[in-house]
Amino acid sequence: MAAIVLEDVSRVYQKYSAKHRFQTFKSAIVKGDLFRSLRPDELVTAVDGVSLTIEKGETFGLIGENGSGKSTLLKLVAGIAKPSSGRLAVDGKISALIELGAGFHPEISGRENVFINGIMLGLTKKEIARKFDGIVRFAELEEFIDAPVKTYSSGMYMRLGFSIAINVNPEILLVDEVLAVGDASFVPKCLDRIDDFRRRKKTILFVSHDLATVGKICDRVAWMKDGKVRMLGEPKRVVDAYLQDVVGKQEEEFAERQEAAAVVAREAPTDVPPEGIVPTVSEDERREQRWGKREIEIRKVILRNAAGEEKHVFHPGESLLIEMDVAAREPNTDFVFGIGVFTSMGVFCYGTNTSLEDYEPVSISGEGIVTCRIERIDLINGTYYLDIAVHKRDGYPYDYHRNLTTFFVSSTLRDEGIVRLPHAWEFPASVKMRKLE
Amino acid sequence: MDRLVRNLKEVYKFRVLVQNLVSRELKARYRGTVLGFIWSFVNPLLLMVVYTFVFGFILKPKDLTIGTSWEYALFLFCGLLPWIWFSSSSIESANTLMINGNLIKKILFPAEVLPIVVVTSNFIHFCFGLPILFIFMLVLGKPPTLFALFLPVVLLVQFVFSLAFSLLLSALTVHFRDIKDILGNLLTFWFFTTPIIYSLRSEPILKYPILQTILDLNPMTHIIEGYHSCLFYGSLFHWKKLGVTLLVSLVFFIAAYAVFDRLRDSFPEEV
Repeated sequence: MAAIVLEDVSRVYQKYSAKHRFQTFKSAIVKGDLFRSLRPDELVTAVDGVSLTIEKGETFGLIGENGSGKSTLLKLVAGIAKPSSGRLAVDGKISALIELGAGFHPEISGRENVFINGIMLGLTKKEIARKFDGIVRFAELEEFIDAPVKTYSSGMYMRLGFSIAINVNPEILLVDEVLAVGDASFVPKCLDRIDDFRRRKKTILFVSHDLATVGKICDRVAWMKDGKVRMLGEPKRVVDAYLQDVVGKQEEEFAERQEAAAVVAREAPTDVPPEGIVPTVSEDERREQRWGKREIEIRKVILRNAAGEEKHVFHPGESLLIEMDVAAREPNTDFVFGIGVFTSMGVFCYGTNTSLEDYEPVSISGEGIVTCRIERIDLINGTYYLDIAVHKRDGYPYDYHRNLTTFFVSSTLRDEGIVRLPHAWEFPASVKMRKLE
Repeated sequence: MDRLVRNLKEVYKFRVLVQNLVSRELKARYRGTVLGFIWSFVNPLLLMVVYTFVFGFILKPKDLTIGTSWEYALFLFCGLLPWIWFSSSSIESANTLMINGNLIKKILFPAEVLPIVVVTSNFIHFCFGLPILFIFMLVLGKPPTLFALFLPVVLLVQFVFSLAFSLLLSALTVHFRDIKDILGNLLTFWFFTTPIIYSLRSEPILKYPILQTILDLNPMTHIIEGYHSCLFYGSLFHWKKLGVTLLVSLVFFIAAYAVFDRLRDSFPEEV
């Protein structure tokens, strides 16, 4: 049995032009074209010919970038927006967690708001009275329930909203990104409630950017792009495909940023040797910079993966090759190549140079490519900045690139810290664990 | 017509919501003020004092049926209370869909609930003013007659008319924000073309029948005259005129509701 059926559903939004805005009421009446003048001048297709069938008892995930039509689709299913074309059938009572606490009135107490919100969501007064204690307990607001809602913190506000909505006890639950705002202890509680729904074989339509959760709780996932369903099926496969797409986009963005940075570097003055041996730039001033007289110049830095492709986005465990295209103006015998990896917050993750690793410079002349090969780039999710330099053994810089090269580590793992240390878990027979896919 | 019936049924299903929103509105309005509900009485009282002073003492009423200035104050109060109900309903309705925009965008419920709540909560305010009026009448030695029992009929007519106007305003203001500004001026004009501060029996109106005809075209004239009959004169209202007004109000209501219904789908995007 299907709970939600969409057949070729489209939703076209009407963008009224600025010109129309200034058209007065009078002119609309005089010309007698009140309705005609309300006709849109420009159309935006938010949902474009979507066909979906969501079975009863299924937990269905919707993922996609911002503006891909997920929320609009949810609103269509909830009945808040009407489809412009196509057929939409919903079988069962719906509760929509689209915005928590929408319609709370700040001046009146939490208690009164629970009643009004509950009625809006389709409960009767009696039902609310019966569930009232449960709602308040779940929201952990026993002490504050008689205070005006305007005195609530945003967390309290949200908890109360969630608690009411989840207690509507619908057959179909629509969840839109609402879990993103909860604190560390409330989110698991909400997820637990949603899990409870799953076990009771209720239908859930779940929109989220939290791909790990989507992958974990959904039976099927649809990836939406530009208002269309790009891919539909088993969660892991769809999430992976989506991530691939996102990484592709990140690559483009990084490439653009690299070009911009290169321009900055070219414009920067070349002859500003810093006084000390180590440039005394404070951490928060780690701007893109380049200095040194370039007796030996690093003309270009390219990042590659193990296959030799030029990349800016890496996954943990991949190889990262830093290629420096160097050229010496004159033959030289005192030189050190070095790298440093910093997080976007300026935290120094790792640094090394050829001298520290006991390479004795013998000679350099002309040009060539120096490669530093990092076998596994085991960092956590985030953007990283590279310092790349060639200098004398006493620290006198020939060419110092600060923050001119960046890369991104894209990881769905939720580990924390800076470095992902290579590790494995082992359990004795008395501890049973099951790995979630 | 089918649609109208279906819509009304849908609204009826949400009557508990209307009821709760009205009580919320009443509670929230004066929350945080020192005088609280007393403001419901004080506001029209102050207005009445001003009007009585200006039109009762300084400019003497030109109506032979109204004797003293105190009597004039009473006459004024009878018309002012329902007018405040009508004008505040209209002004608030023009804003209500926008103010409650996030409800319309996020929760599924018939939007007409909002103007209905506005008209109803202002009606209840009006009702709070009635005891004051009755006390006033007793104090002045002009106790209400049995004709006051016909008041509900007048209330009904005004409710239908007010609701129709509010529905139209709320729906149109979403698309034409200018209405809010037009409305203030319109209501001032309307106030003076309704026999509230003057009576239909005053000299100039009796002298120029054309004025009488013009005033007759205003539905509010007959509604306010209804209040005057029931409360001030203690006579039966002009049932033919009021009957026509009710009919006109009903037609207006159906038309206004049709406009509202037609524009309904655009609310979530435009508010």
